[in-house]
Amino acid sequence: MDSIQDMPILEMKGISKTFPGVKALDNVNLSVREGEIHALIGENGAGKSTLMKVLSGVYPHGSFEGDIRFRGEPVAFRGIADSERLGIIIIHQELALVPLLSITENLFLGNEQATRGVIDWDASTLRARELLRMVGLHDPPETLITDIGVGKQQLVEIAKALSKEVKLLILDEPTASLNESDSDALLDLLLQFKARGISSILISHKLNEIAKVADRVTILRDGTTVETLDCREAAISQDRIIKGMVGRELSDRYPRRTSAPGEVLFEVKGWNADHPAHPGRRVVKDVNLTVRRGEVVGIAGLMGAGRTEFAMSLFGRSYGRNIRGQAFLGGREIDVSTISRAMANGLAYATEDRKQLGLVLDNDIRHNITLANLPGVAKRGVIDHEREIQVAEEFRRRLRIRCSGVLQEAVNLSGGNQQKVVLSKWLFADPQVLILDEPTRGIDVGAKYEIYTIINQLAAEGRGVVLISSEMPELLGVADHIYVMNAGEMVAEMPAAEASQEKIMRAIMRSGETLMSGEVSL
Amino acid sequence: MSAEINLPARGSRQSVGRFVKAHLRDYGMLLSLAAIVLFFQYMTDGTLLQPLNLTNLVLQNSYIVIMALGMLLVIVAGHIDLSVGSVVAFIGALAAILMVRLHLDFVTTTLLCLLAGAAIGAVQGFWVAYLRIPSFIVTLAGMLVFRGLCLILLAGQSVGPFPVEFQRLSSGFIPDFLALDLFNVGKFHITSLLLCGALAFALVVLNLAARRRRHAVGIEQEPLALFAVKNLALAAVLVYVGQLMASYRGLPNVLIIMSVLIALYGFVTRNTTVGRRVYALGGNEKAARLSGIDTRRLSFYTFVNMGVLAALAGLIFAARLNTATPKAGVSFELDVIAACFIGGASASGGVGRVTGAVIGAFIMGVMNNGMSIVGIGIDWQQVIKGMVLLAAVTIDVYNKNKA
Repeated sequence: MDSIQDMPILEMKGISKTFPGVKALDNVNLSVREGEIHALIGENGAGKSTLMKVLSGVYPHGSFEGDIRFRGEPVAFRGIADSERLGIIIIHQELALVPLLSITENLFLGNEQATRGVIDWDASTLRARELLRMVGLHDPPETLITDIGVGKQQLVEIAKALSKEVKLLILDEPTASLNESDSDALLDLLLQFKARGISSILISHKLNEIAKVADRVTILRDGTTVETLDCREAAISQDRIIKGMVGRELSDRYPRRTSAPGEVLFEVKGWNADHPAHPGRRVVKDVNLTVRRGEVVGIAGLMGAGRTEFAMSLFGRSYGRNIRGQAFLGGREIDVSTISRAMANGLAYATEDRKQLGLVLDNDIRHNITLANLPGVAKRGVIDHEREIQVAEEFRRRLRIRCSGVLQEAVNLSGGNQQKVVLSKWLFADPQVLILDEPTRGIDVGAKYEIYTIINQLAAEGRGVVLISSEMPELLGVADHIYVMNAGEMVAEMPAAEASQEKIMRAIMRSGETLMSGEVSL
Repeated sequence: MSAEINLPARGSRQSVGRFVKAHLRDYGMLLSLAAIVLFFQYMTDGTLLQPLNLTNLVLQNSYIVIMALGMLLVIVAGHIDLSVGSVVAFIGALAAILMVRLHLDFVTTTLLCLLAGAAIGAVQGFWVAYLRIPSFIVTLAGMLVFRGLCLILLAGQSVGPFPVEFQRLSSGFIPDFLALDLFNVGKFHITSLLLCGALAFALVVLNLAARRRRHAVGIEQEPLALFAVKNLALAAVLVYVGQLMASYRGLPNVLIIMSVLIALYGFVTRNTTVGRRVYALGGNEKAARLSGIDTRRLSFYTFVNMGVLAALAGLIFAARLNTATPKAGVSFELDVIAACFIGGASASGGVGRVTGAVIGAFIMGVMNNGMSIVGIGIDWQQVIKGMVLLAAVTIDVYNKNKA
């Protein structure tokens, strides 16, 4: 007999799922052992989410082929309620919390602590406190969801899973929108759960996380299982995993480039902005920034450091109030007081929030690409439809947007391809300075590489690129010069050649101490 | 024709079927209208499409169609305008005061009334776009305010009649330059028929030119067989309608106004940057704003536009009744909004077509007219119309989810 560790809690065998015209899953196998953390990885569109929907009953029994066994018993779920009853709980990337209800209310939504329809608030609060303690969340349970950050919201989701006697916890990219310290806390929590015998399936694009917590890794590619690797027998290198995902060696995760920054192209001096809802509370403080021609300037920082706020307040005051400061292009002061003026003066900002702020999801790729520069395909206000199609086709080829055609709606594209559409939109607007806010968030390794290549091309054309990223290796790999931002201030800047993750983190931590103690340490 | 021969011979039955399936929503609406027309033509023993009735059908629905054009833009932009019925009444009252009481001429009155419509739209648009009050609430208030102002203007009474020139706006017909007395059975309005024929010819030529242009840059489009059938049917219907109307009194003035507006708004929504921006605004306001579009100004102007069209509709309606009454335009807003939704507009904005809204308006119009002729009471008419609206939108949503 194997040890209990090796008993599979879940076995999915020969799973195939077909959508009209597409075979999303083709004979996929997945086996998760009792009490292990099992990572599931693959490029976007590899079939991870579909597989998890099959498992959780979103696609009911009979709509797919293959067998599922849970704790040795064959199961046939007709819906999510069936899988939850057995303790299979899935936490989606887009959190399913009601913003204007309290933590307690959200924890017990659909599962209220009630007798005959009357809620027992005392029992609810007590149980909520207990659950929150288990996930290490110390906010009062009556706090509204909207008042806590994404990291804490994630913890509430996990606490909610705990309240349902979870046996198998499935997390779909739980750290995609978390900063490093919140991510670490979350991963530690998974390890604690493991110690208590709860198994997890972790879907993630972040290979360092997988290396940190996963016992085994199953790699999916194009709807099939490539392999399952055991991380505990021997350390698995990240390159080994990437090779499995993309089917080829990615010798270099960042494309090579020779950077030759020219004269100063864009300058920001003394930039300040207040929080839109709290006038007087400064969220961007005296920021200075210099971008040279052909230079990629990175802005590092933790989530909430004020980077997006800075970029958006700069881009036509699309964030904040009481905005002060000067912007210069080629030495001449420019007017960036409205978005259209900022654009006319050569600025572009590609948002971190593709779906909410970047794309008109119901519109096709073509319309999204031309949106920021409609006069570019129009004559005296009349759109030339043929020209518009040609423009869109050109960007589809150049940026390798994978789609059935430029008339496909943006909503059906994978994250990486959506990002390419957003980039196309701003490239077509032909800016001098392009600010990219987390351009590779939530997209797979292959697509990331392509995005980096595009960034390099932009720089090679003599434009300035500002790259806001929370992934430090990315900044180190792509940028020429790195600024570090914390609590609304630029706390350090350094050439990328002299930068390291430790140096950036140290700059952030030191500035944090300064803020706390009011004196300069070290 | 050489143009047709040059096209690839891909008009196989299979590809026609696939294309129709992919564009079911577009064709479905047109086919529904055709089915409803045929149904009532049969139920009314041919009364529906008699020249007199057809002309009445157009006159009765012109103001709904005209307002549906403006409402479509408002709905696509993600808003709604509940005040249009009251604006119709208020503008009618204003016109009556200006012409009947103050004896202003009809041109000045028309201009003043359209200006008043623009001002009404501007006020409501300001509240919606710049003060960011939900349009449902702003225009609900407008609905009460302008109904009340109409009552105040008219002091609760009906005011009329209007000068003859003004009445022609609604009850006039285009002059016949080539009047013929065919077979001594009555006047046949040959100009109207020729106009319809010319229009049909022009449309087919334009469609063909667009098809060739698209073909040249390699855009996938409908199979040739379908294109031919569609264009032939379109031309045939136009000529048939022209012939019917020509055998009565010719084309009504209102029909000309309406057709020009439909063509104009169809062009603006499909082919202009402004039109495209309205769709982007309704699809995702924040993304549109961050793409450099002044979304507030755009919202504002959709309401100004709606105000002008509601004023025009108010003038036409008053001219048709030949009197301004406090009860004018009651529940028009519901017909107009229903026309847009039956025509495939989305309640959440960003989706909808001018042709759809026009077809939607005529579906409602033909049903009103047909049911009245058949003798169905106003009570059951409303029940049936309500269910048709619900069914149309349900089918639409269902199709969209399935796609």
